[in-house]
Amino acid sequence: MSTGIKARRWLGRHALHIYGVLAFAYIFTPIAYVMVFSFNRPARSNLTWRGFTLENWTNPCNAPDVCNALGNSLKIGVASTVIATVLGTMVAFALARYRFRGRTTTNLLIFLPMATPEVVLAASLLTLFLNMRVQLGFTTIIIAHVMFSISFVVVAVKARIASLDPRLEQAAQDLYAGEFETFRRITLPLVAPGIAGAALLAFSLSFDDFIITNFVSGDVNTFPKFVYVSAGRGIPADAYVIGSAMFLLAMAIVLAAELFRWRRAKNL
Amino acid sequence: MAAIAPRADATEELPRATGRQLRTVLILLVPGLLWLGIFFVVPLFTLAGTSTQTPSGSGIPGEFVQTFHLANYWDVISEYKGHFGRSFLYSILATALCLAIGYPLAYLIAFRAGRARNLLLVLVVAPFFTSFVLRTLAWRQILSDDGWVVSSLKWVHVIPQDMAVTASPLAVVAGITYNFLPFMVLPLYSSLERIDPRLIEAGGDLYGNGFAVLRKVTFPLSMPGVVAGTLLTFIPASGDYVNAALLGNNRTTMVGNVVESRFFRVVDYPTAAALSFILMAIILVLVVLYVRRAGTEELV
Repeated sequence: MSTGIKARRWLGRHALHIYGVLAFAYIFTPIAYVMVFSFNRPARSNLTWRGFTLENWTNPCNAPDVCNALGNSLKIGVASTVIATVLGTMVAFALARYRFRGRTTTNLLIFLPMATPEVVLAASLLTLFLNMRVQLGFTTIIIAHVMFSISFVVVAVKARIASLDPRLEQAAQDLYAGEFETFRRITLPLVAPGIAGAALLAFSLSFDDFIITNFVSGDVNTFPKFVYVSAGRGIPADAYVIGSAMFLLAMAIVLAAELFRWRRAKNL
Repeated sequence: MAAIAPRADATEELPRATGRQLRTVLILLVPGLLWLGIFFVVPLFTLAGTSTQTPSGSGIPGEFVQTFHLANYWDVISEYKGHFGRSFLYSILATALCLAIGYPLAYLIAFRAGRARNLLLVLVVAPFFTSFVLRTLAWRQILSDDGWVVSSLKWVHVIPQDMAVTASPLAVVAGITYNFLPFMVLPLYSSLERIDPRLIEAGGDLYGNGFAVLRKVTFPLSMPGVVAGTLLTFIPASGDYVNAALLGNNRTTMVGNVVESRFFRVVDYPTAAALSFILMAIILVLVVLYVRRAGTEELV
């Protein structure tokens, strides 16, 4: 066989894998860009490469407002995640476990916010707040973030509940566990990974939200808002450090969870 | 807390809640649904109300009175039809690109990744962990006309020598495509993953070549994922204005940009409200038509 044919065969067999490598390179290009430029020597803007430095990483709060905005984002993220996860998990249990009148309407009400463009959600909430003369700030941002996160929590937790083996709960009840005890010792621990995943999702949705936050935040600054506003006059390298650090932290959490699952699967 | 349903299995009918269970259901549902009712449904009505208001005549910016002025809608459509056209053109193009880029990727993860499946899925959503605005700005730098990406594409004649990428519609579509790609890949993956591999093998046994099996077996079976993925990409893309603002110029603005500027730069709430409402209505009509045509009722 000639090498040409061999090469063509090899390419045919591995085309999909080569494509995969290229696709992931594409996905990671801007992330790598952000990371590289977090080590750029600081100046008013962070657009051209001026040389390597660790200065931004050792002192990420150098630029005024950047850490203030980050702190606001974290506070808002935690508050809205807690509320959205609790409310969404409750709805998910009702939907996954019971048939009742109004189930279809409930499902529709959960689905619609996900099918509405953000700018419409943002504009409608802002008109409500303006009509009611509500002061824009932390409260209105948290209200908005909970609103758009609930649906995602419901979908994620519902899927987890549906995948449970009902025989585990039956076994608990056969062993004379009451309803509450069965829920606390069997159901909740089994659903917990789903709830944790949903909470992580809700947090990342809140932390990264720009459009809705921009409409309902008044003069409270958040990290995405800070970056967007400073895009015109130059983003400090500190913002790239925070962006990279958040990325690394989130990846570490996800990979640790994955590793934990692998090891457990091996031990079982 | 939740009463344990005796035979709550995905395949079996759920029990109808009665008596005490009904009370449990109510307790579970009310807080969440109330939140969505007050902060999602009610605002849609205030938005509708605002969209037919006219300036109060007091001269104070931001003061409007309800006059049921439906002509607002005609004014908005005639003034901003270009913006609507661009919004839908860009988001349809980006959705098509996402499908083209995302399908092989989802296929690879579903059928060829083995134990690395979950890891690869995490890598697909990795961009979500860097700030949306930061990565869009990163694309602005990467795709700048004097950057190495554009110059090497010109060098190999993939794009014409005199083409500008910086602040062009091309950059806007590229940005939208990149930012919404995970919304396409995840539903595609979950519907490909559910396909019984024996059906694909059977296609091969019946002398279908790779392409025929893909066209006649795999792709039709993955239709629910294609529908869900295209909708989850198209809907947020058509309302997006960050990509147009950061990657485009003043001739690439979309409906979202106008809504934003009508709210914050020009205090003109009725126009912004009417624009948002029309955007939502058009999306709803397109989605219903599309779902009918694609022949699936499965939305999420």
